[in-house]
Amino acid sequence: MTAPRTSPSQDDGYNFAYLDEQTKRMIRRAILKAVAVPGHQVPFGSREMPLPYGWGTGGIQVTASIIGLKDVLKVIDQGADDTTNAVSIRRFFAKTAGVATTEKTDEATIIQTRHRIPEMGLGDDQIIVYQVPIPEPLRWLEPRETETRKMHGLADYGVMHVKLYEDIAKYGHIETSYDYPVLVNDRYLTAPSPIPKFDNPKMHGMGALQLFGAGREKRIYAIPPFTRVASLDFEDHPFEVQAWDQSCAICGADDSYLDEVITDDQGGSMFVCSDTDYCQRRVAAGHKGAGDA
Amino acid sequence: MMDAYRQNHDDGPLLRAAGISHFYGDRIGCRDVGFELWPGEILGVVGESGSGKSTLLNCLSSQIVPIAGRLSYRLRTGETADIYDLSEAERRMLMRTDWGFVHQNPRDGLRMGVSAGANVGERLMAVGERHYGNIRGQVTDWLGRVEMDMDRMDDLPTQFSGGMQQRVQIARNLVTGPRLVFLDEPTGGLDVSVQARLLDLLRGLTNDLGLSAVIVTHDLAVARLLSHRLMVMRRGEVVEQGLTDQVLDDPQHAYTQLLVSSVLQT
Repeated sequence: MTAPRTSPSQDDGYNFAYLDEQTKRMIRRAILKAVAVPGHQVPFGSREMPLPYGWGTGGIQVTASIIGLKDVLKVIDQGADDTTNAVSIRRFFAKTAGVATTEKTDEATIIQTRHRIPEMGLGDDQIIVYQVPIPEPLRWLEPRETETRKMHGLADYGVMHVKLYEDIAKYGHIETSYDYPVLVNDRYLTAPSPIPKFDNPKMHGMGALQLFGAGREKRIYAIPPFTRVASLDFEDHPFEVQAWDQSCAICGADDSYLDEVITDDQGGSMFVCSDTDYCQRRVAAGHKGAGDA
Repeated sequence: MMDAYRQNHDDGPLLRAAGISHFYGDRIGCRDVGFELWPGEILGVVGESGSGKSTLLNCLSSQIVPIAGRLSYRLRTGETADIYDLSEAERRMLMRTDWGFVHQNPRDGLRMGVSAGANVGERLMAVGERHYGNIRGQVTDWLGRVEMDMDRMDDLPTQFSGGMQQRVQIARNLVTGPRLVFLDEPTGGLDVSVQARLLDLLRGLTNDLGLSAVIVTHDLAVARLLSHRLMVMRRGEVVEQGLTDQVLDDPQHAYTQLLVSSVLQT
């Protein structure tokens, strides 16, 4: 192995990708274990990072441990490449690792995400890293960590359906719309991080390796490529994703996850793709939306 | 009920405890307790506070594995299982299908953050029921059987009175049709008129379903009303056991005599 190359833009004051080599090895061991047991939460020694908990400290540590000189990094926050969190983390790695960054989904080898999966299908040469606030899907139903671990050990997951039951009893349908619990590889109940349930079907059989990092909660888990991921549901209330009456005002897409954007103080709003890269590609390909914005 | 009682009698006891002893450090929880519980039979355990009733109940329901003793249970399949030798997964399965545990304080036995209906339906979902309509139907049926108003089904237990919470807890335990129920002071902390209605309900349910039960209480009136046989405990040991009427009307042990005589006579 050659010593890490210092690119012109890399800051010499830091080790490659900020974390020291021992920490990266520790995190890689946790990742290997997580990949070996799909959906199982592996504890790791989460480090203090130069950004607050809740801003992606887990995801950033996972990315730092797997990123190499030749990687191309894309970072999205709620689907967008140009929001504060995404811009900051992209700049962080450009500075500390000197790696190339991109906004194009298909050019990236590593995609770190907060709350979305890109609309474009991911391939087996890519890795997606999720930022996770609460890795334990049973947490709101069972506050004791000792008990949730036992429940995972025994695959004792009936209580998760209690939450879905409660939704139907209250609203007539399953109201849970993000962080919708999934069963990975028919074994472990797993929190998909707060992605909209619109993205849940994309996790099933995905070509890319999916890594999840929770910095504050000190847990890493993973879904290997082409793994079965099932969203929980009832036989008479099957899992459904969100749908919109509108299509994107900019690119006219009717198959992507839409954000409602308030445009004035008179209650005016428009619906646009949450995935900015997807939207721009469609516009470049000549698609147009009905929006006059 | 007596028919069901006799019918099942030939198959041998449902639960057999022998030499159950548990200590907390140097302190005695219970010592050398043994009995047989037959199908359809209700066993009362009485004694003052600190006499080891609750420790015994926790040992019997395998929430504590005692330091010494054997507990064998006849499964639905007819086989006899040694409860303390079962794996945690098997014990949990038994606990939520064939057994029930009604806590004195409904807060210990209910999920206070979800509706009454979800509380009752939880066991069904835990054993794999995945059809909302079916779950809803059974929940409605059971809330009816414990005389709850249907329009309270989707309310939180925190919004219920103590008596109603206890009814929900009972329905939650009986929904999977258990054969054995453990009750820890089920009427404790309720006022007398609510107690009376709850006791009526419990007696009706155990009769109709042919349930076996172990009921721990310090209230001799409750014991007389519900249980067929009675065990009197003192300082962790059983000092007297026999048919309920026999023990209460003709107590032999000095402590039982004291216990019986300390109830206000009307």
